[in-house]
Amino acid sequence: MHELGIAQSVLDAVQAEAATRNSKPVKVGLRIGELSAIDPDALRFSFEALTAETDLQGLTLDIEFCRRRHRCLDCATEFEVKDFIFDCPQCGTNRNECISGEELQLAYVELEEYEPSTA
Amino acid sequence: MNRVPLEKKVLSENDRVAAELRERFRQNDVLVVNLISSPGSGKTTLLEKTLEALPRTERVAVLTGDIQTENDANRLKRFGFPTKQITTGGTCHLDARMIDKHLADWNLGELGILFIENVGNLVCPSSYDLGEAAKIVLLSVTEGEDKPLKYPSIFFKSELVIITKTDLLPYVPFDIAKAEENARKVHPGVEVVRVSCTAGYGLQEWLQWLEVKKTAVRQEAESYV
Repeated sequence: MHELGIAQSVLDAVQAEAATRNSKPVKVGLRIGELSAIDPDALRFSFEALTAETDLQGLTLDIEFCRRRHRCLDCATEFEVKDFIFDCPQCGTNRNECISGEELQLAYVELEEYEPSTA
Repeated sequence: MNRVPLEKKVLSENDRVAAELRERFRQNDVLVVNLISSPGSGKTTLLEKTLEALPRTERVAVLTGDIQTENDANRLKRFGFPTKQITTGGTCHLDARMIDKHLADWNLGELGILFIENVGNLVCPSSYDLGEAAKIVLLSVTEGEDKPLKYPSIFFKSELVIITKTDLLPYVPFDIAKAEENARKVHPGVEVVRVSCTAGYGLQEWLQWLEVKKTAVRQEAESYV
């Protein structure tokens, strides 16, 4: 439900980055964790709505969806948590920490130089 | 084409303001808790009972968020503690900037506990750090016991789960043991308190949790010095 605000934050960051490099943004990469409470489809929809008929129309949104992964504190095995099962598949203990799944991260922006004006 | 790595949080601006708030809360030794639940789970009622139970000498303040109306602030003001309504005008969560703005004319040095009552919503508030020491999620027995599984983000990020309206248990098909089990599936080891504001059950346990948390926050603040 707050994807519109998130999309606006992404666009603000993209525009700030493009302005400092005097370039046109063409693609932005995000990492969205399954625990981030962000729905990628709603975010894409908001993104399109906000960029339509603006200078940013056509800006591509690349979303990498990150599953919840934990690292075992006993044997350091890293594993995906499915159906809320936290037992380490290697050693069977359940002492572990979350290492992925909470992301709401701007990964990169792709920029291209403006065409030299022919006017 | 030039790919520029950014590697920063989308909400880095919110997080920056929240970090500043957290530092101010630490310096002033204020325990800040962020209460989150669906609309109607009993956040305001829990606060009413909490404010009623706390001694007048306790230095407490409340920020309460809603999309519209001053109703909650009016309910809470009668206990004599500083209370402010944050009316978001449509936004479904509070963010750090709103907290910062509404704290502007309060002296944090005079506060011991600040309760933030978020907008009723189990999704969006989980993304926004408000500088709080702990998020607390409420779940009422008139909701389903599978709420933690449906909304894992907020149950994972909360330090305490408060199951409310437990006086209604005889009348609703709510399996409280299952609800707790589900909360701990999503967030192993999470603390759970069962309360009924109507019957008064569990309130002592909740006040005790606050006391322990307040001591922990103070000790943490002292260890910085």
